[in-house]
Amino acid sequence: MTHQGREVDVLIVGAGPAGLAAAARLAVAGVARVEVLDREQQAGGVPRHCHHGGFGTWTRPLTGPAYARLVLVAAVRAGAVVRTGVTALGWAGPSALDTVGPRGPETIRAAAVVLATGARERPRAARLVPGTRPDGVYTTGELQQAVHLYGQWIGTRAVVVGAEDVSYSAADTVRAAGAEVVAMVTDVPRSQATPARAHDARIRQRIPLLTDTTVTELLGQGRLSGVRVRHRDGRTAQLPCDTVVFTGDFVPDHELARRGGLVLDPGTRGPAVDGALHTSRPGVFAAGSVLHAVESAATATREGVRVAAAVLEAFAGAERPRTTVPLFVDPPLRWIAPNRVAPGDDHPYVLRTSALLHRPVLHVVQDGRLLHQERLRTAVPNRTLTLTAGWTGSVDGKGGPVRVALIR
Amino acid sequence: MTVTANGPLPPRTYDVAVVGAGVVGCAIARELARHPSLRVALVEAQDDVGQGTSKANTAILHTGFDAVPGSLEARLVREGSRQLAAYAAESGIAVEPVGALLVAWDEEQLAALPHLAEKAVRNEYGDTRLIDPLELYEREPHLGPGALGALHVPGESIICPWTTTLAYATQAVRHGVDLHLNSPVREVSRREGAHLLATARGTLRARYLVNAAGLHADTLDRHLGHRDFTVTPRRGQLIVFDRLARDLVRHVLLPVPTALGKGVLVAPTVYGNLLLGPTAEDLHDKRATGSTAEGLALLREKGARILPALLDEEITAVYAGLRAATEQDDYRIAAHPEQAYITVGGIRSTGLTASLAIAAHVTALLADTGLDPGPVEELQPVRMPNLGEASPRPHQNARLVAADPEYGTLVCHCERVSRGEIRDALSSTVPPRNLDGLRRRTRARAGRCQGFYCGAAVRELFEGAGA
Repeated sequence: MTHQGREVDVLIVGAGPAGLAAAARLAVAGVARVEVLDREQQAGGVPRHCHHGGFGTWTRPLTGPAYARLVLVAAVRAGAVVRTGVTALGWAGPSALDTVGPRGPETIRAAAVVLATGARERPRAARLVPGTRPDGVYTTGELQQAVHLYGQWIGTRAVVVGAEDVSYSAADTVRAAGAEVVAMVTDVPRSQATPARAHDARIRQRIPLLTDTTVTELLGQGRLSGVRVRHRDGRTAQLPCDTVVFTGDFVPDHELARRGGLVLDPGTRGPAVDGALHTSRPGVFAAGSVLHAVESAATATREGVRVAAAVLEAFAGAERPRTTVPLFVDPPLRWIAPNRVAPGDDHPYVLRTSALLHRPVLHVVQDGRLLHQERLRTAVPNRTLTLTAGWTGSVDGKGGPVRVALIR
Repeated sequence: MTVTANGPLPPRTYDVAVVGAGVVGCAIARELARHPSLRVALVEAQDDVGQGTSKANTAILHTGFDAVPGSLEARLVREGSRQLAAYAAESGIAVEPVGALLVAWDEEQLAALPHLAEKAVRNEYGDTRLIDPLELYEREPHLGPGALGALHVPGESIICPWTTTLAYATQAVRHGVDLHLNSPVREVSRREGAHLLATARGTLRARYLVNAAGLHADTLDRHLGHRDFTVTPRRGQLIVFDRLARDLVRHVLLPVPTALGKGVLVAPTVYGNLLLGPTAEDLHDKRATGSTAEGLALLREKGARILPALLDEEITAVYAGLRAATEQDDYRIAAHPEQAYITVGGIRSTGLTASLAIAAHVTALLADTGLDPGPVEELQPVRMPNLGEASPRPHQNARLVAADPEYGTLVCHCERVSRGEIRDALSSTVPPRNLDGLRRRTRARAGRCQGFYCGAAVRELFEGAGA
């Protein structure tokens, strides 16, 4: 294939909060050719279809679509070029991508590439939920687009699988569509959302929450007719419904990272990055939910700003040579991001646990040496844990991997 | 061109009615369409072609190397294999000649390999070769440890089963076959030399009847007074792994059949993902196309042995198909001249491969039975949309995108399906009637996100088309 070739300074893949924040910051800093690609027809990323609040700041709360507009406008006003309907298909070189859009194939070369490709929820099949394959099976992402972007009919009685923040958003969307939430089902012993939100759903909206419970089978030919559930103690029940929404269980959209041969972190499954968001390949950076599926839009935006700083530093040639060591977690921790550490990295870390623990202690250890410990209030599955970065100054850049453990 | 899905069936008397629009029924209808003087109806219970066994199988174009030598199945698979390979090339059906390896994991299986090679020769397939572990692991570096050797069958290919069925149906309809969907046959009687098929959409009359009803072929056969065989649905559950797993294998990895059954295979698909399966469960319910926790656990256990790295990959789909097993290890094709009736039963997993040969065989039987097929006319070739990864997809064709930007506008991102392809499918000769039908024609929503990103947008395109 002979493609038209073009060159830019920074090519950002993904016009969600992380990509757009990076673009805005780079353009403001005077980088001439900043280009953001998004395969969707509209820029803004997942917030576009999160019609609930919870975005923006305390002083200026916003809905998802308003937030998406805000970050888009900031990037465009700063002088970044945002191109939608353009897919980055694969790599044409160490920092060049093959793309396609309505105007045809094009190879774009860049001095720096930022991957901000986001994350998605695992669908029913990936969760290996047995049963038939009826209509009426959703993820939150599809549900929100169906209801908020297209006004599609989504059924009348829905079971929501999950009880974390996104699950409550899914329940809100079901109700916004005029349907009833039959129950929320989680295999964790309690809701993982904030107590206020969980309480509101259970008491005011009267949505039953089935804890310690898994969905074991989907029923129905044609349209879903119900789901079978099983409690940890062995009791089973059948919940009649015509819609089921599988929420949470996010995985990064790492196709480009993987096709490019970037080192992936075994925990997050996203590209492995250090505190400055460098991937394993010089000139390629990453930010947002592809690094940690998923954190809030605010975290993604902060990372966009941070990755812009790293790109600028690289462009200025002022970058210090970075020696990094891997950062691993021990069970019940599932992952940590960033997941490589250089002495002196100063941005906080995000982590996830698979077990519910009360007042556990985080230990950071390198080669048997305790670098840091801090006590947490709780560790709840599917909820962000943070680890401060004050200890990174004592990391030995030539030492072994740093391990983070959660001690009861 | 006539495809109907509702309303009463036409009152005319057809020369031939083919019941069942699976891959076999569609192939028969296509073969009959070569005779322009014949009026042919293709009658299907469901709302699309290829909705039964034809849509949920392992998508392999077999050589027939391991058929029962001398059986009808062996001959039709052998002939059909060559015919379908040529037809696929002409029609744009995705095929990849990847070859197969029958991997031996214990001494018993290793000892069986030379016998399989001999059996292949008796089936007129002489290209198999025994390979030692060294070569095996060179060919398949990700294979789990402990394999003792393999039989290489270079002629085994993978194929798109959906496009195959659809190509037959498309060609048949374009040449005058009436396709009647949503028409399950409930009763059959005979009056004044014609079969009267009582369907959910009224009565259909035909002078000759072909039973290609797949899982329900025995039921239809009983309506005509025959009790020659019983179809026992044999469920095969399969797991589809994401395209990012494709590089883990180069061949179809077949199990060595032993006394304990056929076992589980790992096969690449023409869409660039990997299949693990099938299970083999004999059931009684012909609608039991659900997956089970036990079945999926079994597949994962087997998969861990064959290709350990596979289990770390994302799963994009799980499905279950029912094979039309009968009491005998062969097809059950029989002519009943006194009734102007042909039974095409017991067509199991090889039916896709053998479909064109079955069609020719059945057409000859119809002529023997007294049907005068009239003159023969060459069919206009069809050119089907390419769903395979081995040749360029529409978005990869710069000239096509330049001529029509809709082919550069991707809607389904995981599978890279453009708006142009969806538009084409919606206006095709045999259009989809639901989103699953659209998926089988375009791959839209078939990828790792299963609609997280594109589901609502694809539905909007489908519903916007007035479907």
